[in-house]
Amino acid sequence: MTMPLTPPKRKNPLKRTRLPVLPSGIRSRTAHLLTQAAAEGRFALPACNDCGAVHYPPRDACPKCLSPRLALKDVSPAGSVAAETIIRTSTDAYFRERMPWRIGTVALDAGPAVIAHLHGDVSAGQRVRLALKLDKSGQAVAIALPEKETPDMSDDPQLRELTLDPKFRRVLVTDARTPVGRAVVEAMVKAGAALVFAGVPESWKPTPGQDDLAKLKGVEIHALDVTDTKSVQELAAEIGAKVDILINTAEHVRPGGLLERRGVQMAREELEAGYLGLLRLAQAFGPTMRFRGADGVNNACAWVNVLSVYALTNWPAYGAHSASQAAMLSAAQSLRAELRPGGVRVVNVFSGPIETEWYQPVPPPKVAPGQIASAIVDALKRGLEDVYVGDIAEDVRARLAVNPKAIERELG
Amino acid sequence: MSTSGSLATFASALASGSIEVIDLTHTLSPDFPTLVLPPELGQCAPFRIEEVSRYDERGPAWYWNTITLNEHTGTHFDAPVHWISGRDLPHNTVDAVPPRHLVAPACVIDVSADCAANPDFVLEVSHVEAWETQHGRIPEGCWVLMRSGWGQRDAKAYANLREDGAHTPGPSHAVMRFLVDARGILGFGTETIGTDAGQAHHFDPPYPAHYYLHGKGRYGLQCLANLDKLPPTGALIIAPPLKIKGGSGSPLRVLALVENSRK
Repeated sequence: MTMPLTPPKRKNPLKRTRLPVLPSGIRSRTAHLLTQAAAEGRFALPACNDCGAVHYPPRDACPKCLSPRLALKDVSPAGSVAAETIIRTSTDAYFRERMPWRIGTVALDAGPAVIAHLHGDVSAGQRVRLALKLDKSGQAVAIALPEKETPDMSDDPQLRELTLDPKFRRVLVTDARTPVGRAVVEAMVKAGAALVFAGVPESWKPTPGQDDLAKLKGVEIHALDVTDTKSVQELAAEIGAKVDILINTAEHVRPGGLLERRGVQMAREELEAGYLGLLRLAQAFGPTMRFRGADGVNNACAWVNVLSVYALTNWPAYGAHSASQAAMLSAAQSLRAELRPGGVRVVNVFSGPIETEWYQPVPPPKVAPGQIASAIVDALKRGLEDVYVGDIAEDVRARLAVNPKAIERELG
Repeated sequence: MSTSGSLATFASALASGSIEVIDLTHTLSPDFPTLVLPPELGQCAPFRIEEVSRYDERGPAWYWNTITLNEHTGTHFDAPVHWISGRDLPHNTVDAVPPRHLVAPACVIDVSADCAANPDFVLEVSHVEAWETQHGRIPEGCWVLMRSGWGQRDAKAYANLREDGAHTPGPSHAVMRFLVDARGILGFGTETIGTDAGQAHHFDPPYPAHYYLHGKGRYGLQCLANLDKLPPTGALIIAPPLKIKGGSGSPLRVLALVENSRK
């Protein structure tokens, strides 16, 4: 039985905030096959292209037939705990602070035996689901979860180290005026966030539905315009030390490639709200979040970017916007590396065209704002790093993996 | 410097305070509303300020910023080239405005009570005629400033946006023709975001202030502050826009010189 989390008390101002320390962050390039799977929430292991054998830990050659032709393969996560042990002492700074820690050997139905962290509700002999997750270092680890959902399962301390659950955390949604932003605010309240700071730019412009948002329990409306450095800095000064999860929903979508636009004014607006907005938020909120990565139950843990999937490959119909999204993606990768020392994860949520005004003439399938909000909640609860929402995003990703040149030609 | 002559008298009046200097300018700040157009059109960039250095590693002994804004952000000046009706006139850009136009007297028409009662208040010829019976005929070459009280509103009430657009006061086409043709004014100034009313898009012709003023080579001043501190006549306006090559307008500091009645 997992002890349900209790709402964290207010911090004792006489106590020093503990600095984040990380579990070992070194992996071989081969082992990053598992990082790839964990980042997307897949359960996949290296498999041999020649003999089909699945193995663990990742190796450079198939342990059965010695073939070097290996690839990640989705396999069944089912298995049983063959043995368990409790670690009560360690020389590792990260685990020392989190003792006791349970680990065990899981015999997978797919073949290999895996050393894994054990959820509190599983023990030796039990059937389990193994999951690959990213730890605070951003590296893949395996955790054995109960076969079926157990009460308050996500509150397990070992699991919570690997997830970014909004429960009892305080979330900043940078632009609650966008349809996605509104949906995210509502979803965060539902997911158990202790407080949702809802940013509203240009408060002199009427915001339909703002009163409804303000009425939601646990939602605070704040002036925030990511295109305005001063506004970002002022909000960070006010609430920066309370932001455990930051979700950047600011957007500026306009159709057109490079030639249909006269001048750079619109592109500048896209960069201001997109790339530079991310930069301003990162500089204002990033350092404090990185510092607060181990600050108790409601530690800073996640930074979410909502990106167009055309950040990955340009869609000329929205070509200039795609370019600004590519800049954001690149910045997000830098931010990921810069926040990692604090154990704060950068989650990129890629979506196809959204069911909003600026994609109005685009034929379906389109992604509903609520779908993106649900995907963000799911990503946080499972601790994912890269998320593809909807058919278009999945499709772009799959085609890119096969032949990037083909999709480039097909999109324009 | 000579101690006699009109400039010397003026300087001593300034020094003694018998001539007061009043600032008619709103502070340039990111929060100040800008003109709102349908989003598919080009937009008026709001004021933004980015620090270059502040006595730090980026510049140890100095503080300075980079600012970005539209020519029509904050308290600003409209040159004739701003409107299509003025596009072919000579000297129609801010850099070509004759310097003697940058200092001119002002007539201030107070319609703040009407505007408080009706945000869509439209200034008509009758209002100007009523003002003239009280204060005399509007002289040629002066600014006419419409005092609506708008400058004292908070940002939301200032923009006053509704589903059908902005609701802010402004002039009718008849009054603009009257002021431009019959009175030969130098320009028209307002406290609101534009020289035209918020709903002037629906006037016939649309945007009469812009159309008539600029079509006849006259100027606009908007987002003015402190018009309540000006007398109906007798104020001298100093309004030199930045000398932007080919510019259509410019943010500026607008000053008014006023005889101090208490001195």
